[in-house]
Amino acid sequence: MRIEKCWFCSSTVYPGHGIQFVRNDAKIFRFCRSKCHKNFKMKRNPRKVKWTKAYRRLHGKDMTQDSTFEFERKRNRPERYDRNLAENTLKAIKKIDKIRSDRASDHIKNRLKTGKVQRQKEARKQLEQGIHLVKAPLALAQDSSLHLPKIKVNVSQAQTEGNQPMEE
Amino acid sequence: MVQYNFKKITVVPNGKDFVDIILSRTQRQTPTVVHKGYAISRLRQFYMRKVKYTQQNFHEKLSTIIEEFPRLDDIHPFYGDLLHVLYNKDHYKLALGQINTARNLISKIAKDYVKLLKYGDSLYRCKSLKVAALGRMCTVIKRIGPSLAYLEQIRQHMARLPSIDPNTRTILICGYPNVGKSSFMNKITRADVDVQPYAFTTKSLFVGHTDYKYLRYQVIDTPGILDRPFEDRNIIEMCSITALAHLRTAVLFFLDISGSCGYSIAQQAALFHSIKSLFMNKPLIIVCNKTDLQPLDGISEEDRKLVIEMKTEAMKTVIGQGGEPENEEGVLLTMSTLTEDGVIAVKNAACERLLNQRVELKMKSKKMNDFRNRIHVALPKPRDQKERPPCIPQAVLEAKAKQAEEEKRKTEKDLEEENGGAGVYSASLKKNYMLASDEWKEDVLPEILDGHNVYDFIDPDILLRLEELEREEGLRQAEEEADDFEMDGEELSPEEQEALAEIRKKKNLLIQQHRMKKSTAESRPVVPRKFDTDRKFTTGRMGRQLSSLGLDPSLAINRARSKSRGRKRERSVERGEADGGDAMDIDGNQASKKLRLRSMSRSRSRSRPPITEVVPGEGLKDSAQKSYSYIETKAPVLWETFHWKDRQALRHEIKLCSEGERSFTFCALRNLLFSVCFFFWL
Repeated sequence: MRIEKCWFCSSTVYPGHGIQFVRNDAKIFRFCRSKCHKNFKMKRNPRKVKWTKAYRRLHGKDMTQDSTFEFERKRNRPERYDRNLAENTLKAIKKIDKIRSDRASDHIKNRLKTGKVQRQKEARKQLEQGIHLVKAPLALAQDSSLHLPKIKVNVSQAQTEGNQPMEE
Repeated sequence: MVQYNFKKITVVPNGKDFVDIILSRTQRQTPTVVHKGYAISRLRQFYMRKVKYTQQNFHEKLSTIIEEFPRLDDIHPFYGDLLHVLYNKDHYKLALGQINTARNLISKIAKDYVKLLKYGDSLYRCKSLKVAALGRMCTVIKRIGPSLAYLEQIRQHMARLPSIDPNTRTILICGYPNVGKSSFMNKITRADVDVQPYAFTTKSLFVGHTDYKYLRYQVIDTPGILDRPFEDRNIIEMCSITALAHLRTAVLFFLDISGSCGYSIAQQAALFHSIKSLFMNKPLIIVCNKTDLQPLDGISEEDRKLVIEMKTEAMKTVIGQGGEPENEEGVLLTMSTLTEDGVIAVKNAACERLLNQRVELKMKSKKMNDFRNRIHVALPKPRDQKERPPCIPQAVLEAKAKQAEEEKRKTEKDLEEENGGAGVYSASLKKNYMLASDEWKEDVLPEILDGHNVYDFIDPDILLRLEELEREEGLRQAEEEADDFEMDGEELSPEEQEALAEIRKKKNLLIQQHRMKKSTAESRPVVPRKFDTDRKFTTGRMGRQLSSLGLDPSLAINRARSKSRGRKRERSVERGEADGGDAMDIDGNQASKKLRLRSMSRSRSRSRPPITEVVPGEGLKDSAQKSYSYIETKAPVLWETFHWKDRQALRHEIKLCSEGERSFTFCALRNLLFSVCFFFWL
């Protein structure tokens, strides 16, 4: 019983799921669902299809090289069972997983950092330039904090009816 | 070793079929069309060909028959005798002889008629010659019809004969009918011979094969032999006699101790003595069968004496072969095929004796010397006096000791049967695992964890690597924190964010409005701003807008109010009274004055306005024009609501009207009607 990787999108295929296609040259293609299978039949290259892991890795969206990937390697020679080793392995898997996902999210965060910095600069500039739309320069001169003024209408004469039109 | 296989003889057709086959072949394979107009040589050739062709075919077929049937003198005497017993040698030979003569006759016929055909002078003559020739050949075949039938029967029977190799190791089983020969055969070989309570169940020889010491032995089961003079024997018994006579086998003479076959031991002993001449030079074993019914020790004295006699005879054969006279065990054996007691012992004894005899013979022959010269056992020369005994591992010695104790090991099968049988019990495959600790044997390791294969992670030094990894991770995280810390200062404060949001909202609003204005400018008429159709240019609004920017709107509002002209006189009067003696008074009066001027009071409706005042439409010549220009100025909204095309059309109409094309009354009426209607509508 093994968890395989989908050939198209690189997601995990649990036992009992998906389709396996064996070509005449004995190469096995495993698919997690019919979406990937149909894409494969259409001869689409996963490296060009945006939502696949292959694309993301190729275009640097996801982490490619890391020491945590070395831990998971298909071993062909079976090891003799050792309870301590098994225990340690199970605990280790969890830790390694956590580290790997942390690193992956950090990678993405770093990638998005430049955009964030740029946006912050833009925002600051916009703020500087457009402050006159919300606070008159006169008011700004008097009170240099960015505390927005409230609307208040101060009239010198009392009014019995509503607003009067300014012009006819 | 030639395997005698009579299954390959071709089918012998009977007379009629034979003729049919040949003639139809002639008809098919030779040309059929001939006319009397052909050249005579051609006609002759045609018919000669037919005759020759028929003769050739007959010759071929008859030759194959003659060749394929075995010649009794050329085959092994055992088979020769067997066939003689079964089919009578003379008849067989006669039949084949007849076939031969027929063949020759046909050849002669063909020769003669071909000679005659050479001189045939007409189609009819040639044809009748051919007919005669073929007819005679067919008669010949018809005459040998019975021989053909006989041969066909023989062929069928021969095909079913057992394929016995006369030269290999063979064991022969003989004895009275019903003593247990066939049951014994079934026990030691895979042959499935019929076993029935009546005598002569086995009617012919049967062959089985068995193995001993990696060699294959033929076992021949014979039909039972009765004690009769030689001449009186029937075919079935003769089969066994033939086998006994010709094959170089080990003989197992079966004796029924219990007498349940229907014949006493005395009779059986008599038989033995009558055929003991046939046991010359053959390893003989006397087998006492059916000991479950009657053990050997329990028989009467006379019978015992008879048995001992037979044994001594058998011993003679042993001595004759050069074996040790003390070895009595291999001569008289007891067994029971029902309980399978002693069966294997008998087989082994027979095989052993036969093997020894054959080996000895081979050793004595001349060929063995050649062999012996070629075989050489090489013994290494000892280089020192050190003793080198064979090294036997301890486990083997223990196993041997255990075996000697005759301890029966508990097998997995026994375990299964104990615990409920095949469907209920499932064997523990992990029982014999060799692990560092025995407690771990029944451990179940999960194969999948959190979307990973556990087996991919198992590694003896996983702990070390994990430690390294965690150290690395710690360092990296520290770096990350430092970076993050640097980054933090750049963010906007919540106040700033609020302000930014407001700015963006306002900007979006402006953009939207601009877009709306842009899109509607050409296609739809837009009321100029000064008319304020939506009534959005109010002081309140202005005040709100200014205060939202942080400015004090009161000054602006007051100024706006003072500059504007109110609609209602009362309002302005009120305002004036309310104020009471401030700088606004003069303005207030002026405002009211303006109001009054603008309003159409009754007193002014008939009189002419003063010259200074501008009355719309006054300078115009035509009252119609006046009226519409009046409309234009007085109800500009109304005017503006007309589409520009309509406006043009109306102007045109009025022009025409003024030029006299249309009557005034009509135009004016129409215009007025329009305006009135609209006014009311508004």
